[in-house]
Amino acid sequence: MAVSDPSEGQSEAQFLAALLARVAEQRDRAAFASLFEHFAPRLKAYLMRLGAEAGTAEELAQEAMIMVWRKAETFDSRQAGASTWVFRIARNKRIDALRREKRPEFDPEDPALVPEAPEEADKAAERGQSEDRLRRALETLPPEQAEVVRLAYFEDLAHGAVAEATGLPLGTVKSRLRLAMARLRTAMQEIADD
Amino acid sequence: MTEKTAPDELLLAYASGSLDESMSLVVATHLTLSPQSRARVCDFEALGGALIEEIEPAALSGGALDAVMARLDGEDHPPVHSEPPRDGHVLPAPLRDYVGPDVDALRWKKVIRGVQEAEFPIGGGGRARLMRIESGVAVPKHSHRGTEATLVLEGAYRDATGYYDRGALQMADASLDHQPEATGGETCLCLVVTDAPIRLTGRFGRLLNPLIKYQ
Repeated sequence: MAVSDPSEGQSEAQFLAALLARVAEQRDRAAFASLFEHFAPRLKAYLMRLGAEAGTAEELAQEAMIMVWRKAETFDSRQAGASTWVFRIARNKRIDALRREKRPEFDPEDPALVPEAPEEADKAAERGQSEDRLRRALETLPPEQAEVVRLAYFEDLAHGAVAEATGLPLGTVKSRLRLAMARLRTAMQEIADD
Repeated sequence: MTEKTAPDELLLAYASGSLDESMSLVVATHLTLSPQSRARVCDFEALGGALIEEIEPAALSGGALDAVMARLDGEDHPPVHSEPPRDGHVLPAPLRDYVGPDVDALRWKKVIRGVQEAEFPIGGGGRARLMRIESGVAVPKHSHRGTEATLVLEGAYRDATGYYDRGALQMADASLDHQPEATGGETCLCLVVTDAPIRLTGRFGRLLNPLIKYQ
């Protein structure tokens, strides 16, 4: 049976993070079922937006959710929100399965890793909470900026191809993306300061 | 120490998963050396998470949940860690996965006096190689047909656009005609990834163009 609703005073992002924590700590199948109901249809949609057929997209969404179960203990709610963490898994699954390429990633345990300054590490610890803010900030973007941001994530297009897809000059795509990023940063700051 | 950053659009393309394998290797290697860029990628991944939330969900076929629940207790693969770096060259882990832990053990080929390169295979159609440039040596002046990413791993180089040392990333395209020169007394070790052949533009370089066997 699924655990269906956030308790009072809990944001959806906090609710999802709590479900993931229960999967990690208690191997809680009901919590996993709730995560599945929330994320699997979104991941399927994400993969279809990126060009996968419905059947393949569903299969990969399921594979990604199995990864969520198996890797749950690596989730750290201070470092990333649940949706961000699940997004990474789905993104990598797609690169691996559909593009058949490797996805080079840095290793946090690498002796060569240059650590962040202590004050930056403090900021990183707040990152887990930034997801709600970012969702609210996204809603404040002008539609033409929101469009290039979505294309950049959902169309597997280099910016040159985003330009072709939208019929906009490359320079316009780049400047809209830049404006969108600057605006998101400001909006997140304002929401944080509220 | 200067801040080592990369262009936002490159970091965003890495976070969204749209970079090919060779450019992803450059970014992942750079991220090992740049906490600032790691923080930016985290932000862009959070944006990916936010976009997943607002996407219109696509219904799954009936029984999908049961099918997945039945598969949960399958076997897990333990994470694979790269071989630790060897000797003085501290190659970041993403690069060690491709070239091994020891730079000196690679098959280096002389390009010109004072410049050597070791190419290694990579998926995705790009071309990846390590370059060693002795201090005081300049590589032939060249521009680019596609995009060339150069990441400094050891030592430093300078060109008309600035100074680059460990962790610094330079993106060059057709608009940049440059002649990097290793500087600082130490041999400069770089990771260079190109997505199309470079084009030599110097007086002698032009003569060499047909001889360079870039695919």
